[in-house]
Amino acid sequence: MDEIDALYQEVILDHYKRPRNWGAPEHCDRKADGHNPLCGDRMTVYVDLDGERIADVHVDGAGCAISVASASIMSETVKGHTVAEAQQLFDKFHAVVTGQTGADANDPALQKLAVFAGVAEYPARVKCATLAWHTVNAALSDQGDTVTTE
Amino acid sequence: MHELTLPSRTQTTRAATAFDVERVRREFPTLDVQLNGRPLVYLDNAATTQKPVAVIESLARFYRKYNANIHRGVHRLSVQATNEYERARTSVAKFLNADFEEIIFIRGATEGINLVAQSFARPRLRAGDEILVSHLEHHANIVPWQMVCEQTGAKLRVIPIDDRSDLELDALPKLITERTRLVAVNQASNALGTINAVDEIVAAAHAHNVPVLIDGAQAVSHMPVDVRALGCDFYVFSGHKVFGPTGIGALYGKRALLDAMPPYQGGGDMIRTVSFGKTTYADPPQRFEAGTPNISGAIGLGAAVDYLTELGVERFAPYEDDLLAYGTELLSAIPGVRLIGTAERKVPVLSFTVDGVHPHDAGTILDQLGIAVRAGHHCAQPVMERFGVPATVRASLAFYNTRAELDQLASGVRKAIEVLG
Repeated sequence: MDEIDALYQEVILDHYKRPRNWGAPEHCDRKADGHNPLCGDRMTVYVDLDGERIADVHVDGAGCAISVASASIMSETVKGHTVAEAQQLFDKFHAVVTGQTGADANDPALQKLAVFAGVAEYPARVKCATLAWHTVNAALSDQGDTVTTE
Repeated sequence: MHELTLPSRTQTTRAATAFDVERVRREFPTLDVQLNGRPLVYLDNAATTQKPVAVIESLARFYRKYNANIHRGVHRLSVQATNEYERARTSVAKFLNADFEEIIFIRGATEGINLVAQSFARPRLRAGDEILVSHLEHHANIVPWQMVCEQTGAKLRVIPIDDRSDLELDALPKLITERTRLVAVNQASNALGTINAVDEIVAAAHAHNVPVLIDGAQAVSHMPVDVRALGCDFYVFSGHKVFGPTGIGALYGKRALLDAMPPYQGGGDMIRTVSFGKTTYADPPQRFEAGTPNISGAIGLGAAVDYLTELGVERFAPYEDDLLAYGTELLSAIPGVRLIGTAERKVPVLSFTVDGVHPHDAGTILDQLGIAVRAGHHCAQPVMERFGVPATVRASLAFYNTRAELDQLASGVRKAIEVLG
C-alpha cells in the first residue's frame, strides 16, 4: 500500500478527520465561496484582517479528504502572514502540487504544506488540493462571487 | 414443432456457464496491462470500453493497406476504402435491424442528438411547444434540447424518477400533451444503470403522434437492439462504448423523417449539385455526412458490431446479469456502502457512495490498487441531485469482467473505508 500511504499521509488523514478552524465564525471581514463542480465540493472561507495581516481564517463546507485537509492546513498556515506572503505561499504550493519543474517540496516556507507533494502524481486531484487556496485568494481580493476550480 | 420449455433460470445458468470469459479476455490486449505491478481491473466500461484485436486490426489494416478518401476516387484504393466504409454501414444497419440508408455515421451519440435537435426538431418547434426528456438523462440528452428550446421558445419537460431510479411512467399521460413535439430518453442510464421501458414510452408517444429519440449509448453493449421492434423514430449510439473506436457513432432515423430533414452541416460529399445560385442536397445518409468522414472509425465500428454479433449478446447477457447480481451482493454487504439505483432491470452498473469516504478518495484508492472506476457526477447532475449526493463511485461492467475482479473491487472499497472512514 505504499502509493496509498504516499498520498494519504497521516497528517492529511488527521486534518481530514479533525479539520482545524472549521465552522462559520460569528464575525469576519471577508469571505468567499469555493466550488469544485466536478466533485460537488463546496467550501466557504472566512478571513479576519488586521491591516495587511491575516488575523484569523475559518473554513466551512464539505469535500474529499484532500480538499478538507488542504483547507484545514491552509487555515493554519496562512494565519499570521500578510496577504502578500499568503499569495507567495499559494504560488509555491501550487507549483508543488502541479509538479512544476523547479518546485521544491522541501522549501521550509511550505511547512506542513509539503505533505501534499504526492498530489502531483494525481492530476485529477490537483483541484481538490487547491480549492481552499483559490477560495481564500478570492476572499482576500474581495471578489464577492463564488470561485470555481473550472 | 416441439417447443423447448425450460424455466428461464435454468436457461440463464446454462448460458452463463457456456460463456467462456477467459477466451474472450484474450481478445482484449489492454486487459493484460499491469499498473504498479498489479493487473488492471477495468470497471469503467460505461465511460468507454476496451477494444478487441479485431477492431484494432481493422484500423491498422485500413491505414496500412488501403488508406484513401472515399466516394470520389476513380482509383482502386479509393474504391476499396469506399466499399469498406459502406460495408461498415451495412454492419451497423444489421446490428440495429435498420435499412442501410437509415444509418448516418456521426462522431458519437452526442453529435447524433445535436443533429436531430437542429435538423429535425428546430424547424418544427414553435414557442410554447414541448420536448420531453427524463430525469435519468446524460447531459448529452439534456443540453442539446435546452439549446433548441432557447432558439425556439420551446420548453423542456421531464419524466420524474422514483427512489429506486425507475422512470415514473404513470406520469406519461400528463406529460405528453398536444404541445409535445418530441420525446428523448435513454434506453439505459449511464449513471445508475436503469433500463427504461422504452417500448412503453414509444407506445405512449406514438399514441399522440409524437416521435421518439432513444439514446442507446449505454444499451447497445448489453442488450440486443432492434429499432424496428422498438418502433422508435431515432436511435443514437457511440462506437467507443460498444468496443469500437472513439470519434464515431451511428444515428438511425426512419427514412421518411430523414428524407424530410435539412442538412446538419454543409460541405463536400453531402450535395448533389452546387452552383452559386442553388445547391441541391444528396439523399440520406450522405446528406448528413458533410466533409471527409471518420473513415477508419466507421470501419472500426463495423468491425466492433460484427465482433459483438458473432460473440452473441444472448450468450453474454446472462453472464453480465450474474456479474451484476454478484457485485450488488458484495457491495451491499459492506457496512456504509449505499447503492444508488436499484431498479428491477439494470445494465451492469454499480453506482454507490461510502459513508465517510468521498467518491474521489475512493476512486483514488481503488486506482492505487489497479482498479479503474469512475468517481463523479457522470455527466448526469440532475440524477445526483435527485438522490441528494454530489457524486458517486461507479463500477460499470462489460462481458469481459469477472467475479474475481468484483472481489477485488469489494476489498478495495473495504481498504478505502479502513484508510479514510
